[in-house]
Amino acid sequence: MNIDHTILTVLILVPLAGAVLLALLPDKGRLMQWGALAVTLITFICTLHLPARYDYSAVAGSFQFEQNHEWINSPAIRYHLGVDGLSMWLVVLTGFLAPLGVLVSWNTIGDRKKLFYTLFLLQQVAMIGIFVSLDLFLYYAFWELSLVPMTLLIATFGRSANRRRAAIKYFLYTFIPSAILLVGMLWVYARTGTFQLPELAQLAAAHNISSNNAALWLASLAFLVAFAVKVPVFPLHGWLTDAITEAPTAAVMVLVGKLGLYSILRFSFSIFPEQSRHIAPLMIALGAIGIVYGALIALVQKDLKQLAAYGALGHVSVVVLGIFTFTIAGIDGGIYATLNEGIGAGAFFILLGILYERYGTYDMRDYGGLAAKLPWMVTLFVITTLSVIGLPMLNGFVGEFLVLTGGMQSAVTHHTRWTVLATTGVILTASYMLWMIQRVFYGDLNENTADVPVPDVTAREHLALWPLIAVMLFMGIASPYWLRAIDTAGTYLAQEPQPIELPAAISTIVPQTSAAQEATK
Amino acid sequence: MSPNVLALLPELILTLAGVVVMLAEPCLKPGSSRKPLGWLAIAGTVAALAASWYQIQFGTIHAFSGTIQVDAFSVLFHFVIGSVVLVTLLGSIDFFEGNASHAGEYFALVLFGAVGMMLMTCSVELLMVFVGLEISSISTYIMCGFRKGQATGTESSIKYFLLGSFATAFFLYGVALSFGATGSTNIYAIAHGLETTATPALAFTALALILIGLGFKVSAAPFHVWTPDVYQGAPAPVVGLMSTAPKAAAFAVLLRITFTGFPTYQHRWAILMWVMAALSMTVGNLGALMQRDVKRMLAYSSIAHAGYLMVAFTAFPFDGIAAACFYTATYAAMNVGAFAVVTQIAGYDERARSIDDFTGLGQKRPYLAALLSFFLLSLIGIPFTGGFFGKFYVFSAAIHGGNVWLAVIGLLNSGVACFYYLRLLAAIYTRPGSESTRLNQLRRIGVPAAIGIGLAAVATGALGILPSGAVSFAEYASHSTLIEQGRQECAASPDSCHLQLQFDEK
Repeated sequence: MNIDHTILTVLILVPLAGAVLLALLPDKGRLMQWGALAVTLITFICTLHLPARYDYSAVAGSFQFEQNHEWINSPAIRYHLGVDGLSMWLVVLTGFLAPLGVLVSWNTIGDRKKLFYTLFLLQQVAMIGIFVSLDLFLYYAFWELSLVPMTLLIATFGRSANRRRAAIKYFLYTFIPSAILLVGMLWVYARTGTFQLPELAQLAAAHNISSNNAALWLASLAFLVAFAVKVPVFPLHGWLTDAITEAPTAAVMVLVGKLGLYSILRFSFSIFPEQSRHIAPLMIALGAIGIVYGALIALVQKDLKQLAAYGALGHVSVVVLGIFTFTIAGIDGGIYATLNEGIGAGAFFILLGILYERYGTYDMRDYGGLAAKLPWMVTLFVITTLSVIGLPMLNGFVGEFLVLTGGMQSAVTHHTRWTVLATTGVILTASYMLWMIQRVFYGDLNENTADVPVPDVTAREHLALWPLIAVMLFMGIASPYWLRAIDTAGTYLAQEPQPIELPAAISTIVPQTSAAQEATK
Repeated sequence: MSPNVLALLPELILTLAGVVVMLAEPCLKPGSSRKPLGWLAIAGTVAALAASWYQIQFGTIHAFSGTIQVDAFSVLFHFVIGSVVLVTLLGSIDFFEGNASHAGEYFALVLFGAVGMMLMTCSVELLMVFVGLEISSISTYIMCGFRKGQATGTESSIKYFLLGSFATAFFLYGVALSFGATGSTNIYAIAHGLETTATPALAFTALALILIGLGFKVSAAPFHVWTPDVYQGAPAPVVGLMSTAPKAAAFAVLLRITFTGFPTYQHRWAILMWVMAALSMTVGNLGALMQRDVKRMLAYSSIAHAGYLMVAFTAFPFDGIAAACFYTATYAAMNVGAFAVVTQIAGYDERARSIDDFTGLGQKRPYLAALLSFFLLSLIGIPFTGGFFGKFYVFSAAIHGGNVWLAVIGLLNSGVACFYYLRLLAAIYTRPGSESTRLNQLRRIGVPAAIGIGLAAVATGALGILPSGAVSFAEYASHSTLIEQGRQECAASPDSCHLQLQFDEK
């Protein structure tokens, strides 16, 4: 049996079935942890089917592992799934991070484990659903669904008394723009009669969605704002620090970046190509400001999680800058950096979580001179830091380099100027990360933490961290392996969309792709 | 079977069951269990549902000299009302046990109320509608004050009665004026009479008065002020019933009167509906934000939901009726479910009232808590629940009709609404403090109530995941009213027969 045509459904159903199973099993001993670990591992193995069977020679803009079934007749909603170069690695990344999330929650989540792991798995269902849906309605359903488990995770497992407020803030911040997004989607549907992304992209390319320019602009803003809040793009990041500070480590790892950035690339760019290009100068400016602002604020934080939150804002801003240059390098770099954000920030948050588990504080002033006591910890911290600040040979470099190249390649002077500003962010990021290392691990032992007897990184934690380190190295050294798929998507998104005339389209795409690959090497 | 009997078969069955319950009640010993009466009422409701199902095959049935019209539209609302009554009865069997010796009356009143509501949905004669409205209203007035010993119960009942009779008077006045303007109280005759009426202003005033009367029944702003107080004082299962079934019936009437009776005035009444919808959504949601009492909060939420439903009236007739039908069904399922769970948690003497009282429910009663969360998520409109698809359908109809701004107002409102639902949801899953003891005396949930809640949950889930069947039924219902309208128009004046042709093509 060929499972290519069912694999995406399997990817949604496995964690869903796992969640239902965990909800029904008794909450005894470590049953929940092992159960969740098994489910997430199975899901991860299933996601590996995608790169294994991915057809790199497929036409850009086409989808693979497609499933397209009728779901609801009227309005015409279909169960339409598929992945392309843009979403494939994101799906794998989602699968990859989940077992690590279970490993780091192993002991930190002491009671109500059943609730935690059920919600955690539901969150995964929603995320995979978002990445693979090609029907706008189905996509929106998963998009909204992803809010609920995360909100409950923050509200119930947050670390301070502020958790309920943070959870509701997060929910409202994302739900209200999403409600407007729904209006935009319904408007598009009322104009075109379809929710299918490929069809909508073609209609958009042929300028057939609507001739009412003002309405198109409003609709495109409805899309973009909803996604930008989720990313978050400066200045829509109000929810970010509260949510990151409160959320448990496993939830934080999936909180930032991916969903919003993917949605911009997938939906804003395809359905509103013209509007996206017109608004690019603004977005690039916001991206560049976000990079510098995030890094500057991170520089003065005393709380490690706050530092990580503002750092994350800076990193997603890099992606925003890259994708809105509409150059191949910029978009490729943006997608690459999105993956990096998942890996690098994931590792960083895990390490912070481990530190917190041992000392019960995120305040940097309580730390100091830990390097001698925790040699493994400092090693892993430093590797992660180097990845985050973009040292060559590690993954962070590739994404950052491509984005900045894309910015410089841009034919628009405005873009180049902002990119110059953004480049200073590289230095600032290095400053706050290295300063953080210095304050936590070097210098004099701090009296608050010096006498606490703690173990170094345990076997379970090693297990959660080394895969991430390995991927960092692999993504840093063998970037062409990953870029092969990403580049097809990047090339497709960077070019001006043309009304579909298939044979002609193929002949123009193919040479560009090879040229792009050369450029990225 | 004579068409007159066939057309009113569900109502007849319910009336019979109600009368039997009433007669059997005095025969039972005082203090003995009233459960058999409850089961009798349930059996009657199931039979009535089966009768409605049986009616579908006959297409459109006209009876009682054209005052009653049973079509897919009325059958759909019969289903909604019947199912709500069923869930309510299942939830109240154990609720009244040992607390009220007069529980038999309650079961009979529920059945009589259902008769009135069902009658409203299948009448095309405004006087018949009025009769149905009165039957259902009087039953609910009494049920509101069912806990005779409590001051809030009496307050609830009297408030509802006074304001309710006032509203029905408005309705009756509207009926009288429409008779004056068009010479008839039959909906189709009114539609026909409107084209030649010499007093269009009078006709429109009549419609406005009818809207006030029915707006009160569906608790649409600005006629909503009674809702929170009445809901707070009435027993929880009654609130579950009266926040869904009479509203469904009133909306059915409203749909028939506006789209079938006054179609030529749509450009005018659509503005009224626009305003009422926007007001209800905003007032309902902002009001709910202030509440600490769960029942009051749900009362305001029901005002907001009436507003969402009214959005459908601003759409094209076919879309609008179908969307309204679907929304009524989903709203009924999730709201009656939520109240069924609240009934179980609060109990007869309302142990748990405020949101804080629900703290820690997730740990003490994981399944009840999960179900309540599910209903709340559906009320928010989270995907894969009926609430999401209902909202989606209503707003997509409105946008299709060009009312983008109303949709924006509505969906922004649904964002505000999240806040208060989430507050309850967060409380449910918060660890209880030591002082919280209200949930400690929670009784075990009985089998009938569990079945009732389960039914509501299954309906809510099914309407969200596999809505195709329900959507096509709603569209069929919408179609059936509009085609009948076309047919009547053709019979009255053959010139305008294009309408019918148009529908035949569908």
